[in-house]
Amino acid sequence: MAFFISLILVLTLCAASYYGAEAGMQWLFGMTIPYLAIAGFVCGFAYKIYSWAKSPVPFRIPTTGGQQYSHEWIKNDPLDNPHTVSWTVGRMLLEILTFRSLFRNTEVVIHRTEDGPRVAYNSARWLWLFALIFHYCFLVIFLRHFRFFMDPVPFFVRGLEFMDGIFQIGAPRLYQTDVLILAAVGFLLLRRVFDQKVRYISLISDYFPLLLIGGICLSGIYMRYLSKTDINAVKTYVMGLFTLSPVSAEGIAPIFFMHLFLVCALLLYFPWSKLMHLGGVFLSPTRNLPNDSRMRLHVNPWKPPKKYHTYEAYEDDFREFMVEAGLPVDKPLDKADA
Amino acid sequence: MAKFNMTPDELLNFQFGAPNVGWMEHKPVFKEGNFAYPAKPDVIRDLGFPNPREWSPLDEDWKLPENWMEIVREGMKDRLERYRSFKIFMDICVRCGACADKCHFYIGGGDPKNMPVLRAELLRSIYRGEFTAAGKILGKWAGGRPLTMDVVKEWFFYFYQCTECRRCSLFCPYGIDTAEVTMIARELLQLLGVNINWMMEPVRNCNRMGNHLGIQPHAFKDIVEFLCDDIETITGIRIKPPMNEKGHEVLFITPSGDVFADPGIYTFMGYLMLFHEIGLDYTLSTYASEGGNFGLFTSHEMMKKLNAKMYAEAERLGSKWILGGECGHMWRVINQYMSTHNGPCPPKMETPVNPITGTVFRNATETKMVHIAEFTADLIRHNKIKLDKRRNAHLNVTFHDSCNPARGMGMFEEPREVIKACCDNFFEMPAQTIREQTFCCAGGSGLNTEEIMEIRMRGGLPRGNALRHVQQKHNVNTMACVCAIDRATLIPLADYWAPGVGICGVHELVGNALIMKGEQERTMDLRQNDLPYLDESAEEDA
Repeated sequence: MAFFISLILVLTLCAASYYGAEAGMQWLFGMTIPYLAIAGFVCGFAYKIYSWAKSPVPFRIPTTGGQQYSHEWIKNDPLDNPHTVSWTVGRMLLEILTFRSLFRNTEVVIHRTEDGPRVAYNSARWLWLFALIFHYCFLVIFLRHFRFFMDPVPFFVRGLEFMDGIFQIGAPRLYQTDVLILAAVGFLLLRRVFDQKVRYISLISDYFPLLLIGGICLSGIYMRYLSKTDINAVKTYVMGLFTLSPVSAEGIAPIFFMHLFLVCALLLYFPWSKLMHLGGVFLSPTRNLPNDSRMRLHVNPWKPPKKYHTYEAYEDDFREFMVEAGLPVDKPLDKADA
Repeated sequence: MAKFNMTPDELLNFQFGAPNVGWMEHKPVFKEGNFAYPAKPDVIRDLGFPNPREWSPLDEDWKLPENWMEIVREGMKDRLERYRSFKIFMDICVRCGACADKCHFYIGGGDPKNMPVLRAELLRSIYRGEFTAAGKILGKWAGGRPLTMDVVKEWFFYFYQCTECRRCSLFCPYGIDTAEVTMIARELLQLLGVNINWMMEPVRNCNRMGNHLGIQPHAFKDIVEFLCDDIETITGIRIKPPMNEKGHEVLFITPSGDVFADPGIYTFMGYLMLFHEIGLDYTLSTYASEGGNFGLFTSHEMMKKLNAKMYAEAERLGSKWILGGECGHMWRVINQYMSTHNGPCPPKMETPVNPITGTVFRNATETKMVHIAEFTADLIRHNKIKLDKRRNAHLNVTFHDSCNPARGMGMFEEPREVIKACCDNFFEMPAQTIREQTFCCAGGSGLNTEEIMEIRMRGGLPRGNALRHVQQKHNVNTMACVCAIDRATLIPLADYWAPGVGICGVHELVGNALIMKGEQERTMDLRQNDLPYLDESAEEDA
């Protein structure tokens, strides 16, 4: 259900922009909305980060995934249980660049045998693999698009393009990332739809961004390989947008405006959705803090008062018993009574 | 209380899957055995907590304060502003499902709402519905739902089926920690007076009497002396542990379960024998006679309040540093919260140094608190104690990493070093069930109560099954642990899932193996069972 609603939403966005552009509203889909989307994305993203940063981190609560730093003769595992800031940076880098926690993933299977149940933990790294492919392809494709925003095209973009098309298949040359990202989106989508437990937890806000990104990829691929859109015209147009001196959209096919509009939808949706894990992962207190509160004082920024049942009150409650049992007391019985 | 009498086959008669209705429409059904009993009014009154009353989860009307919705909303708002963890964890979950089958309650029960992701969604959906623009406007379409009485009941049902073990957070690509979400959810429930007695009564006791079990000072002394009688019977040595005495170098604090409950008492005897043997200058305290801290499961404020006594007592007694006993959640509090809550430590405390070996405990420079396993491992490393492994030769031992020392501290090698020094036959359970991936005993975070035995046995499946594996493969007959809750909860768990395996603390093994100066020839272990190796060597002689 959530899947179909998301699909209809994305198809509606596609249709609106395609037919809108065809009907002469290129200025809306090609100019007004992109400007709004970029502004909305930047402001929304900054706001969200600000709103997180505003809440303090009162306690150091890293999840420790390895041996602590203790005796010299016990080898500690600083990447999974960092005790210094630099090791914590290392842990974060591995987490962000290699999805280390997801790499641990296992899948539980209960075998019901005659000899009783057997719980097995099978390695389940498909999610990790496809998530990694998805994110890196997305990054490469994003960077490749700098060729449309910059003149001359920066060297790293050329390098990326070369590497991405290194197998030299077809003309225009086939980018591996285009194929891989479709495979990854497909995997993530199929997993959501067909893995019963993942389907059960999935919301519209899980299917929608995935389908949206799928739509962006497909429209982009269509333009590059099938309709062979005039990329010079597109570049002139996009450069116009970026230099704040928009030019006429004459001669650019509606599919381009659809592609652009979907990207805008993604940008606008981004800060208010789960896609903000991009920013949030850097701020996650179970990962970005060293496990060092036994070594270094960490002050709770909201400094709550210290109130507790004091020893004096305790002794007042039990003094007679304590004296009788021969336990030392601070105030002897006779003085306490007085 | 309904007696739990399901067989393992009956218990596991489920398939992982999902109901046909969406989770927002699916409501839990309370029945005897699937919820822990509510806190008694006098307990709540003593603590000064809100809304003391007689009530039952089986009732239609839970007698909440009239403005309960406002209380929840304000409570959430306040906590979103005070805890970045909470706010981030409400926002960034992508529902990838990596955590889904990492929870012991899900593995052993198959209830989809025990998937950590859904447990958190129970709260997240309210966050979205009440605090985000999209959720307010789009409602269910944006994953939001309105706050209703049914939601509160569902929270009670599922946030008291989370042991805050943090296993899910290890696997989460963003480190989302359900323990953190559960802690906040329980705080919100506390505001309404929705809580359980098994947790609140220990908190009340600990506050007034110094320990969870409510042992009063004179009784505490009696029990310790009684245990010293047993030590004398076994070793011929009379130990007189100082209590509430000023001027000793070390204050020793351990969970009160070690003093009171079998088999914790054998672990406690092990501590006392060790301290006597090395001549440690220490004292016990009846005022700070609880290492554990059920405040951790109640609220951050209560955790602070109960924990404050440790430093207060160290200061009053003039102790230089504190040695802490074997306890799981106690060490999460000490390792991750204590210095922040109640530090800096009293000015006269010093960086802990092992007086026997001279080792500086460099990881405890701020809190001045050392774990007994770190301490004993250091003694063993420096050959400062003599251990006779033969006395544990009849034990095939495995080690259960307790959740909190594992994922809230990372203490893996120290207890293993101690165990291996005390016995020859040590076997690890499968890698996915130990160390940082360890499974909970399913009774942590204040859920070690009898009335939810079915839930506990379900949650105990992963641990129990791993135990059964080594029982069959290596003939393991003993599971050691460094947690007082474990020592209570793992016994029924082992009886159910791996019958024949006994449970002990690590320092019980130490106490057994420890060769003490001037001791009589040992014929019994600390439980006063005959030592089998003696018979065997007698037979060899004959």
